[in-house]
Amino acid sequence: MKNNIRFVQGNEACVEGALYAGLNFFAGYPITPSTEIAEALSGRLPKMGGKFIQMEDEIASMCAIIGASLTGHKVMTATSGPGFSLKQEAIGYACMAEIPCVIANVQRGGPSTGNPTHVSQGDANQARWGTHGDHGIIALTASNHQDIFSITVDAFNMAETYRTPVILLLDEAIGHLREKLEIPEHGSQPIVDRLRTSVGKGVDYHPYLAREDGRLPMSDFGDVHRYNVTGLFHDMWGFPSNNPTVVYELLHHLVDKIDNNVHAITRFKEHFLDDADYILISYGSSARSAIHLAKQRRNRGEKIGVLELQSIWPFPTAMVREKCARAKAVVVVEMNMGQIMAQVKSSVDKPENVFLANRIDGKLITPTDIKQLLRVIQGRGV
Amino acid sequence: MALKDYLRQRFFPHMWCPGCGHGIVLNSLIRAIEELKLDKNDIVMTSGIGCSARISGYVDFHSLHTLHGRALAFATGVKLSKPSLNLIVPMGDGDALAIGGNHFIHAARRNINITAIVMNNRIYGMTGGQFSPLSGCGKKATTAPYLTIDQEFDVVKLASAAGASFVARSTTYHAKEATQYLKKAIEHKGFSVVEILSQCPTHYGRKNKEGDAPDMLEIYKDTTGKLGSKALEKNPDLIPRGIFVEEERKEYCEEYGKLVEKAMGGAR
Repeated sequence: MKNNIRFVQGNEACVEGALYAGLNFFAGYPITPSTEIAEALSGRLPKMGGKFIQMEDEIASMCAIIGASLTGHKVMTATSGPGFSLKQEAIGYACMAEIPCVIANVQRGGPSTGNPTHVSQGDANQARWGTHGDHGIIALTASNHQDIFSITVDAFNMAETYRTPVILLLDEAIGHLREKLEIPEHGSQPIVDRLRTSVGKGVDYHPYLAREDGRLPMSDFGDVHRYNVTGLFHDMWGFPSNNPTVVYELLHHLVDKIDNNVHAITRFKEHFLDDADYILISYGSSARSAIHLAKQRRNRGEKIGVLELQSIWPFPTAMVREKCARAKAVVVVEMNMGQIMAQVKSSVDKPENVFLANRIDGKLITPTDIKQLLRVIQGRGV
Repeated sequence: MALKDYLRQRFFPHMWCPGCGHGIVLNSLIRAIEELKLDKNDIVMTSGIGCSARISGYVDFHSLHTLHGRALAFATGVKLSKPSLNLIVPMGDGDALAIGGNHFIHAARRNINITAIVMNNRIYGMTGGQFSPLSGCGKKATTAPYLTIDQEFDVVKLASAAGASFVARSTTYHAKEATQYLKKAIEHKGFSVVEILSQCPTHYGRKNKEGDAPDMLEIYKDTTGKLGSKALEKNPDLIPRGIFVEEERKEYCEEYGKLVEKAMGGAR
């Protein structure tokens, strides 16, 4: 009998997905509500010959995984709000030096120490713009454990494909919720391995010279190609440069390699969307309440659907516009002050028809919370 | 191999000021590596930010120029993920012991097999001459127009107390001695720290009336004394040079290897 069914927390589903994707180096620092990821990996990784290290702080954890990625490992760290803030400089370094890595942020209430044991989705914008300077970034999320598993695999795949940090934006509710997870057979979900250079020993290897398809094959530290990695603007050798052309082209490359691939990166799910007059847009644990409400109202004959976002950044503007084209109203359901609502408003043709159903008090938004707003929009009173 | 073969000559001339001591440190280091006959492919030089940090770009090893203060954290990831690599981490005084102080003491505590070099010029040179945690009291700096009131760290005492299993100090005046200490540090299994006093005539020497580079080198000759020497015995105010700690202790990556064996054994 197959032993591939688990009853686990969302954080553990993330661990299973990471190991399935090939994670073999993790560095972390304890922080609620993400700690279970580090705890689980401290047991699992050594059993497979992988490496786990508890670093002295959040910054060091982020730096350590970047170092380990350069020796050819698939790497991850996990954190929450304050730790995510601390990691931002090093996340920017990984953007600039184009080093694949995955950062799980199990969101809690903020700002500052905030509400450590309660749910929030307040880091959506920080995932996009947390580090300084223009840059492209990928942020993914999911609302159930099976999807956390597969989106985590996607995160590792995208990190390798685009040579970029990928943020896994989970939240306290989904991270600590326990439900069924079925671990798929190996091979049922594709795994992207690192693209390594085919340039041989003794031939010049340019670590930052893109191929025609835009990808940059890597060479592991310790192999025959010795090159420089820096957070400064750099030329094709990886050597620092402030030549205006070099600076301009590199910055464009960092932004374009993500933005130009928004279609390939976009992940979403549709629930009863085909004929929906009212569309709920949601993600993460709040999407569970949105889906629950939509099912309930469908049973009563209302044409309500849910567009569940699984990729937040780059924001899937074109997809959202298309899906919302014939909706009477769009309600963004999230647990912050409207961070993704602002994106939706700027995506759709009629931003005046976009509303926010939110909760920011540390409690999971309920179907009733959403329904109350929906009734106002539908002109059915309070 | 000729010494020049360890350098990326196309990236010269270097960006250090005339008279800067960091080129002498690079010289001492390259000679140590040459004498040890290390394979260039086995060396990863990881540095942070500052004048000192640029050293990593000039050497023909795998080189990782990182964030201010974080070189040892990056190096820890490189080393633990691939323990066969030799990690050499040159840092400035601010880089290593101000913004990077936490990583410094924790790398020492773990006794991970990394060679840390503190190129101590007692000043933030790249930003134009602000005092550092190694400047000491009564020094002039652009952020200390009334002279510093901050006490300095003693790198040797700090590293020893934090758990480094090899600790040495030399100066750019004693370049050959520095090479010998660097050789021992690189060969040493565990976290090794070599502090090398390195002159900054542009920002430190000028403001503190220490003269130009030759004058500052003379000061290193006159104000330091080798451990066990009569000069140091007679004048305890001299800054001691030498090897202060050289001990065999459990090394982090080796211990991790044992942990993996234990974990795998438990799985069977």
